[in-house]
Amino acid sequence: MSHSTQSLAYVRKEMIEQQPAPRSQVGFTRWARENLFSGWFNTLLTLVSLFVIYKMLAATLPWVFGGVWNAESLDQCRTILNERYGDTHYACWAVIRERWNQLLYGFYPESQYWRANLAFVLMLASLAPVLFDKLPRKMLYLTMAFPFLLVWLVWGGTIWGVLSVAVGFVLAGVAFKIVDRFGSMALSAIAAVVVAVVWWLFIGPSVVDGLNSVAPLGHLQEVQSRDLGGFMICVIIGISGIALSLPIGIVLALGRQSDLFIVKTICVGFIEFIRGVPLITLLFTASLLLNYFLPPGTTFDLTLRVIIMVTLFSSAYMAEVIRGGLAALPKGQYEAADALGLDYWKSQRLIIMPQALKISIPGIVNTFIGLFKDTTLVMFIGIYDMLGLSNAIRANAAWNGIYWELFIFIGLVFWICCFAMSRYSQWLERKLRTDHR
Amino acid sequence: MTTLSDPPQDQGFRLSQLIYDTRYRSITIQVIAMIVFMLIAAFLIRNTIINLSALGKDINFSFLSSRAAYDINQQIIPYTSNDPHWRAALVGLLNTLLIAILGCILATVIGVIAGVLRLSKNWLTAKIMTVYVESFRNIPVLLWILAFMAVLSESLPAPRAFRGEDATASMWFWDSVAVTNRGTYVPSPVWGSGSSVVIIAFLLSLLGIWAFGKWSNRHFEETGQHLPNFWIKLGILIVPTVLVYFVMGRPITLSYPELKGFNFSGGLHMRNSMLALWLALSFYTGSFIAEIVRSGILAISKGQTEAAFALGLRPSWTMNLVILPQALRVIIPPLISQYLNLTKNSSLALAVGYMDLRSTLGGTTLNTTGRELECMLLMMLIYLIVSLIISSGMNIYNKSVKLKER
Repeated sequence: MSHSTQSLAYVRKEMIEQQPAPRSQVGFTRWARENLFSGWFNTLLTLVSLFVIYKMLAATLPWVFGGVWNAESLDQCRTILNERYGDTHYACWAVIRERWNQLLYGFYPESQYWRANLAFVLMLASLAPVLFDKLPRKMLYLTMAFPFLLVWLVWGGTIWGVLSVAVGFVLAGVAFKIVDRFGSMALSAIAAVVVAVVWWLFIGPSVVDGLNSVAPLGHLQEVQSRDLGGFMICVIIGISGIALSLPIGIVLALGRQSDLFIVKTICVGFIEFIRGVPLITLLFTASLLLNYFLPPGTTFDLTLRVIIMVTLFSSAYMAEVIRGGLAALPKGQYEAADALGLDYWKSQRLIIMPQALKISIPGIVNTFIGLFKDTTLVMFIGIYDMLGLSNAIRANAAWNGIYWELFIFIGLVFWICCFAMSRYSQWLERKLRTDHR
Repeated sequence: MTTLSDPPQDQGFRLSQLIYDTRYRSITIQVIAMIVFMLIAAFLIRNTIINLSALGKDINFSFLSSRAAYDINQQIIPYTSNDPHWRAALVGLLNTLLIAILGCILATVIGVIAGVLRLSKNWLTAKIMTVYVESFRNIPVLLWILAFMAVLSESLPAPRAFRGEDATASMWFWDSVAVTNRGTYVPSPVWGSGSSVVIIAFLLSLLGIWAFGKWSNRHFEETGQHLPNFWIKLGILIVPTVLVYFVMGRPITLSYPELKGFNFSGGLHMRNSMLALWLALSFYTGSFIAEIVRSGILAISKGQTEAAFALGLRPSWTMNLVILPQALRVIIPPLISQYLNLTKNSSLALAVGYMDLRSTLGGTTLNTTGRELECMLLMMLIYLIVSLIISSGMNIYNKSVKLKER
């Protein structure tokens, strides 16, 4: 072996130091070569994209950052801009600054803004334990109390009205528990409904009247529904719709999947009808026609009508989403639940629904986002949401002709809310993923 | 899902079995559901009858044949204010369908381009498309409609800017398209005598393409020979029609928009209301379709592409023969619901004053005749029928591309 080594001309004695990779193969250069300039088509795309980005930024950035924040009217804005730059192609953010409160609260009395703010904070606090299960479970009591607090804080009046509604629910729960001990589930449900309706219709109102005259506890200045508006009405309608449409959607989906022919037919008819007509026709029905369908003399708060219609609308979509989840479950799950001897409701509650809902999380959240965006449609029936207010602001002589600043502000508010919802759903999906992929 | 109980013991029928025996319980539940449903329906109908009679009204659709007495600014079929209400409703319905069809086409084009580009290897392009999709998806469509309307009516030049020697605005595409703040004017075809022959020739050549496609498929199956299908089809599409066009003495001409007085005349006037609605609906729905297309392509596992390459298929054939047919199965069902959403969202035409079904039947007709109940019912029914037709038509297509299982 040694003689073959000697016949070689040159053998390196020591290892070479490790060299850094060529400049074109590391860092940004390599990344750019692979992702931006990997071929003639890719290079063309990059150049076109750069051109588009440059054009967009050049058109918007000076406009956004050169804007005026302090002015009383659009004319004043333009005067300031003319003095500063010599032309008026800049934003006039002063309208947001001046109408900030109106855009958020509508025509809510200014001295009562704290109530809306408090309700908003309470809403966040009561949503938190629902969204994040690491938080203390005791906070769920706040969540249960929140709907009543919301009504009391936003619409005002004494606390007895909402307390009486809450008592109705408590009585229903008690009746359910008592009858459940002797009879079947169906009987106890009927008993609960009867007790609650009797309380709400016949006993509650007189008790409330009595208590109001004796001790008007927690009296807040009453605010009419027509004074609500802006971002606030969007949140109220959106949150109520979201909270109510999920349970109704589940019931409708179960009805559509059930073997009972009549129940199934009713559910299919309802879902297909609601999904076949635009939301705007339902909203017009709520504002124009609902008086025909109710007993003579009943008046119904417009906000409540809108909430009911929006809820029905999205519950039909929700039902279809959940039906998709139910259909995606393997049949073995149903059969296993039956084999364990669970009855229908127990198997749904313990085995089917948790899995079906998990599968349909993206669809459910998409329906929520759609519902929240659809709250802008209420401007057509005379409720001043943010878009309605932007029209009203433009109708004012001081701000006549202002478009982009308002649109951008409203768009940004919606974008933040909807984007947050979609991110949350992605996080939840990752957290609940139990298959080992 | 139904649980079967033990075989019946000989005890005869007892009333408690209606609740406890699963064989009878389903009947009990259905009867109760039926009774509750009927009660609610009876309650609503009774209220409606009482309320209507209190107002001295009845349910009567004869108003549909009385004179409408209002103008509609965009008509596909001839209409004057002397025509009856039903014709006004029909004009509105056609406008709704026009915006729905145009919107679906443009939204599909935008959505497919954006969805494919979002998967592009080019980082910058993919990010731009992500920004487009996320910004359009998360902002209400109503805001987009208003914003597009504001762009068109506020930032475009007025027709008088096109006047005179030192005009500040000029027409596009060799003086054939005028984009103004009152709408866009494009050349429109003028049908001279003999143009019907050209159209018939064109339709026949479409039929010819279809027949040729069938024949060439069979030819390929039998002989394994590939014909240059694309070029032959293009030839069949163009040559006969052009020949007939010149033989008939060029019967179809174009009318160009011209500036007369303070406004343009001639050509086809596309109103801003229509353009804003069309563009906004298309870009909004396009962002949803982009996501559908992207997830459809991602749903096809990479092994399919690799298998196609291993078989020696070219990239374009891999896409056409392997990836797309499978991706379409994932894409089409959600695409149907996006088309339905676009059609229903077209009722937001109200925001920009486009005269669709809601603005004619559910708007002016409702307000002038005072027949809320009839108008709303009729409008809902029409929307329902349109939705059902779209979804059943698309479902038939879905069935045809569906995986043929045993």
